[in-house]
Amino acid sequence: MQSIFNLNKKLKTTIASLKKGEKAIIKDFDADVIPLKLLEMGCLPGNTVELLQIAPFGDPLYLDINGSHLAIRIETAREIEVDSITK
Amino acid sequence: MTKQNINVALIGNPNVGKTSVFNQLTGLNQQVGNYPGITVEKKVGFCKLSHNINANVIDLPGTYSLNASSADENVVIELLLNKKDKLFPDVIVVVSEVENLKRNLLLFTQIKDLEIPTILVINMIDRMQLKGISLDIPFLEEQLKTKIALVSSRKNIGIDELKTLITTYKTISTEPCLNASSIDDDYFNTLRKTFPNQSLYKLWLVITQDVNFADLNRNTLEKQSFTKTNSELKKLQQKETIKRYQFINNTLKIGQKIDSATATDFRSQLDRVLTHKVWGYLIFFVILFGIFQSIFEWSKIPMDFIDSSFASLSTAASEYLPPGAFTNLIAQGIIPGIGGILMFIPQITFLFLFISILEESGYMSRVVFLMDKIMRRFGLSGKSVVPLISGTACAIPAIMATRNIENWKERLITILVTPFTTCSARLPVYAIIIGLVIPDEYFLGFLNLQGLTLMLLYLLGFGMAILSAYSLNKVLQLNCKTFFVVEMPNYKLPMFKNVMITVVEKTKAFVFGAGKIILAISVILWFLASNGPSEKFRNAATIISSKVENKTLSALEIENKVASFKLENSYIGIMGKTIEPAISPLGYDWKIGVAIISSFAAREVFVGTLATIYSVGGSENETTIKNKMATETNPETGEKIFNFASGISLLLFYAFALQCISTLAVTKKETNSWKWPLGQLIFMSSFAYIVALIAYQILK
Repeated sequence: MQSIFNLNKKLKTTIASLKKGEKAIIKDFDADVIPLKLLEMGCLPGNTVELLQIAPFGDPLYLDINGSHLAIRIETAREIEVDSITK
Repeated sequence: MTKQNINVALIGNPNVGKTSVFNQLTGLNQQVGNYPGITVEKKVGFCKLSHNINANVIDLPGTYSLNASSADENVVIELLLNKKDKLFPDVIVVVSEVENLKRNLLLFTQIKDLEIPTILVINMIDRMQLKGISLDIPFLEEQLKTKIALVSSRKNIGIDELKTLITTYKTISTEPCLNASSIDDDYFNTLRKTFPNQSLYKLWLVITQDVNFADLNRNTLEKQSFTKTNSELKKLQQKETIKRYQFINNTLKIGQKIDSATATDFRSQLDRVLTHKVWGYLIFFVILFGIFQSIFEWSKIPMDFIDSSFASLSTAASEYLPPGAFTNLIAQGIIPGIGGILMFIPQITFLFLFISILEESGYMSRVVFLMDKIMRRFGLSGKSVVPLISGTACAIPAIMATRNIENWKERLITILVTPFTTCSARLPVYAIIIGLVIPDEYFLGFLNLQGLTLMLLYLLGFGMAILSAYSLNKVLQLNCKTFFVVEMPNYKLPMFKNVMITVVEKTKAFVFGAGKIILAISVILWFLASNGPSEKFRNAATIISSKVENKTLSALEIENKVASFKLENSYIGIMGKTIEPAISPLGYDWKIGVAIISSFAAREVFVGTLATIYSVGGSENETTIKNKMATETNPETGEKIFNFASGISLLLFYAFALQCISTLAVTKKETNSWKWPLGQLIFMSSFAYIVALIAYQILK
């Protein structure tokens, strides 16, 4: 059971797995682990997200979510599932 | 016709130019204070709207929503929900920005639910064309149930129209623009029935936030209304946010057109360079270096000018005023004391100028982004960079600026280590000692050695802050959820007016805040130095003349000897002599000891104290503070008091010691415990003593 669960988690596309310049649509996330402030800044299911820059050393990520420019850490980004719309 | 006075509250997200709108409305008619009981800055300005209506304009802290997550945001809610507050607004002005309208409107729809007349300002309209944005204002006004003012606070467009619009506040709708309670009808209907006299949205805020109001206490609600778990409430808040965005998206789909083809790509190009893994750090370092070099270089001439002007003023006072105790108080106590404050205005001004430019331009957020990963290794957050940099102005606002760090452990560590950064109060001490013991020469032809030393001291402060953060991170066992969200605002050319108002305000606060303490201490010191308890003090002249009987000395030399003998036997001399054994291993004489004791109230008192002591001690007044310190020698060894070894030892002592009562008070307030400020005081001061001791013993 444990291993299947881990496998599923790995296969999910999240903001953390996007490449620089890649755009995606936010699918879903667990409201308990995402700060409300992020939702208020437009991080909601159905909105587009673009990964603009990755900081040196790979973290944090600089995003354009629904027209808002903001940066979040990679562990938060891993919790937000997305559907990629560009390669 | 009678004059009418109304309250106008300005509210908006951070980075929308709310403060520039405030500055345009009120100019320099501003009063800055603190909200009672808390350290959040409260800015109220005065504005004449029309010939018979005046307004008190309240600039509320920037907030993304009414869901308060910090003390700053609580202030907003508490004011807007408390009708009894004497600043309760007659009209709210929500400031938004044309490029981030969607996000800005979230706060607007929440404010509308409070049922207070609300005006929407859309700022930065001068950028509309550049960004290819067009707005259907009548449609937006109808949907949002408000009046809209198009403003460019930068170009001073639309401010008069805004003033006129505010005067018509009575005609503006107080109706909410969407029905947020439909996210859970049953729940909200029950609430409405239980509390028929309260506004529903207000109840919702009280239930979901940790705030209390005079007429609505959270604890009295407890039994009937907390039928939902925290997780359910969070889901509801999420639903509420989604609902508001749906409304906003639908409204903007028709009301706003964006032709993205005309949008320029300036931001992303600049971002690429400024957050680059090599250039980013290099540019950051060069900027810091440039700031510290210029603080020292550019302020040298005005500083010397102020110092020598006060020296001649002091001479003039003792020459032209009738001799006596009162003249001595003015010439030896008050004038050198004031000079000791005013002399540092140039450096303080430059420092605040640079910090406010960095903040206004949007560069500071890039530094946060660039530094987060590195800072986390030391138990800090990228956001700790802002307190650490603004700590170079003053640790007190810097410690308050830690409030936006979401993780408590990262925040606590930032609070504890911020006082290590070189604040502006250390600058006077550094400046005068560097001027005395470091040669004014150039290294490699262009690097001023004195400027370089100053920069090293700043780096030492940062380095020490980071090192102690690292150890605290290892020692403190706290588990906290880590959240990190930082807005990356668009780059802006800093507005001259905004920068100037900040600089003038902060410099004024330095001069009058520190000035009062310094002046009071100068007067007390002068008194203690000019009076003594024993017979020795009163009979100084006879004792000295009997001692020097068989030597041939000029009248002036005898006079000097009498003066310094008197000083040693004055109250202050006795105090200083008592502590001398503790500080002489660090290379300090008792006069420096007195200056260190008095600077426990505030560091910048150091120079003023020495100025007063040396004025009383010497018979000639015409030299500057710096010259007096330079010529001071040890009576036994004939060595200069301020030599290289004792100078470095003093610099290190001031770099590390926590000599600021206000910092202790603010740490107590922000951590809500005496444990942390006391730990700070003991650790920093003993560390300073040990380092200064080692340095002097090696260098002497």
